[in-house]
Amino acid sequence: MLLLILKRIGLGLITLLIVSLITFVGVEVLPGDACTTYLEREAYGAALDACIKRLGLDVPAYERYLEWASNVIRGDFGYSLSGEMPINEVLGPRVKNSLVLASVSILIGIPLAIVLGIITALWRDKLPDIMISTITIFSMTIPEFISATLLILIVAIWLGWLPGIVIIPSDATFYELLSNIILPVVAISMIMTAHMARMVRSSVIQVMASDYVQMAILKGVPYWKMVFRHVLPNALLPAINVVALTIAWLLGGVVVTEVVFNYPGLGRLVIESISNRDLPVVQALAIILASIYVGINLIADLMTLMLNPRLKSLQIRK
Amino acid sequence: MESNLITEDKQKNKLEKAFEILKTMASKPSGLIGLTIVLFHVVLAIISPYIAPYDYKAISPNTMLLAPSAEHWFGTDSLGRDVFTRTILGGRTALTVTFFGSLIALLWGGLLGIFCGLVGGKIDDVVMRVVDAFLSIPWILAMLLIVSLLGTSTEVLIPALGFFYGKGIVRVARAATHDVIAKDFIVSARARGHSNMSIIWNEIIPNVRDAILVEGAMRWSWMLLGFSSLSFLGFGVSPPTPDWGLMISNARGLMSFAYWSVIAPIVGLSSLIIGINLTADAFAKALGIDRSTKAPV
Repeated sequence: MLLLILKRIGLGLITLLIVSLITFVGVEVLPGDACTTYLEREAYGAALDACIKRLGLDVPAYERYLEWASNVIRGDFGYSLSGEMPINEVLGPRVKNSLVLASVSILIGIPLAIVLGIITALWRDKLPDIMISTITIFSMTIPEFISATLLILIVAIWLGWLPGIVIIPSDATFYELLSNIILPVVAISMIMTAHMARMVRSSVIQVMASDYVQMAILKGVPYWKMVFRHVLPNALLPAINVVALTIAWLLGGVVVTEVVFNYPGLGRLVIESISNRDLPVVQALAIILASIYVGINLIADLMTLMLNPRLKSLQIRK
Repeated sequence: MESNLITEDKQKNKLEKAFEILKTMASKPSGLIGLTIVLFHVVLAIISPYIAPYDYKAISPNTMLLAPSAEHWFGTDSLGRDVFTRTILGGRTALTVTFFGSLIALLWGGLLGIFCGLVGGKIDDVVMRVVDAFLSIPWILAMLLIVSLLGTSTEVLIPALGFFYGKGIVRVARAATHDVIAKDFIVSARARGHSNMSIIWNEIIPNVRDAILVEGAMRWSWMLLGFSSLSFLGFGVSPPTPDWGLMISNARGLMSFAYWSVIAPIVGLSSLIIGINLTADAFAKALGIDRSTKAPV
């Protein structure tokens, strides 16, 4: 068991190593380096020399990679070009803001998805299922920027319940954030809930058709006891992995949502740093977002292992 | 999977089979709706340049932000351009780019996945590690980086999207190959001394084709979503090209008093994406492939 966990962690670290190589090589191979892209038309003479010197672009690529990688491992991402400040200081508040947004959405989204998934599965092809399933299909297929724009149009402009665009300074306090994130949270958790609810639905349906559930029905186990005792524990286990993938997948979607709502999180930093052609920040973001993805998947894998006694013995026998 | 074994495949005329799949897809309301929407958009994309009532880039200060009327069915935008014209033209670039992008994704993702599934071992391990690494970089970051360094022309967007949406197909193709690889006909082909290439071409592809095609259809709708998101963020097609993502982003700031110029492209884009999704789902069901438990990777 311990060996297995260590192996998973090792694989995750290898993935991150490859990610760091890809982003580094990608930036090297694509035309223009950090200095020429950042300075654009002013990339000549003293300004260019100074920039090259400051970023150490005059040393060979592999040396730069090694130095960059070893700094990253120590938690130092270098300097942002546009802000002229350490990337860590740029990232700090953004990470916090995104975490607040993500955790509130997850706290609302996961329980809601489980409840909706169970309802749609138990009343399969009946009215509640048809209604909820239609809504989930709509909310998971429509692009984030459309549902976010529609939310602003309907809730903020037509109904006037909430301010549409809020201006939140990136160092806002937790309470300032909370009062302003209602719409972004709705936009994000809508898509997330839809994905997970569909997953829970098909998982519950699968388990309901299994032999042991049929057995329980024949044995005369009361319906709700059967649902909670026999169906749900088995149906929700495979959902853990999908929840993880959905959360990780949202990392991309959050970028768009944060831009629509003008929310100062990691997602908007992605757009800002790319618009400013601030390649060191882009590299740092790639590593951070990939680490979140790998981390979430790792936790999900381990949770599934811990919670499923059958899988555990299977792995040990291997 | 059993129903499409090669023997059966050969007996039936290919066209006949395709028609039968279409019929199965259209037999359910959701499939019929999906097919109709997709067909409508494809036809519209082809004929829209001929039926567009106005010039899509004609700017006029006299017709700024007009409400929908008999002359301008969907009103006009902040530069006085006719929203109806721009909306019916708005899907052309998106459809073309994502269609060819999906083709590229299908080709390289499918072939690499089959190859990895067949050879296994060290090569497979290395390729899957790299695919995993690419999967863990958010697509939007990678796409934005490529586009901002290489430009936003279709020659860049098609291969870039094709590459980034193909990595998930690698996994699907590999898993589908694993499913058939232990079957008797592959073992016997090996025993007959067929080369890997011949096995891939004659034995594996006919059996994993369906799974890969379904995945490709699904990718198409995701790629459309990705492409429009890029346009929306200002990193896709450049103005004044009519494009839904771009139109929504431009009209968004003024939607408190000119909601029509944002609603029209929203309806266009959402209906196309929902249509492709319904079609892909019906396609999967018609081929007997269950993808309801798949995660959005």
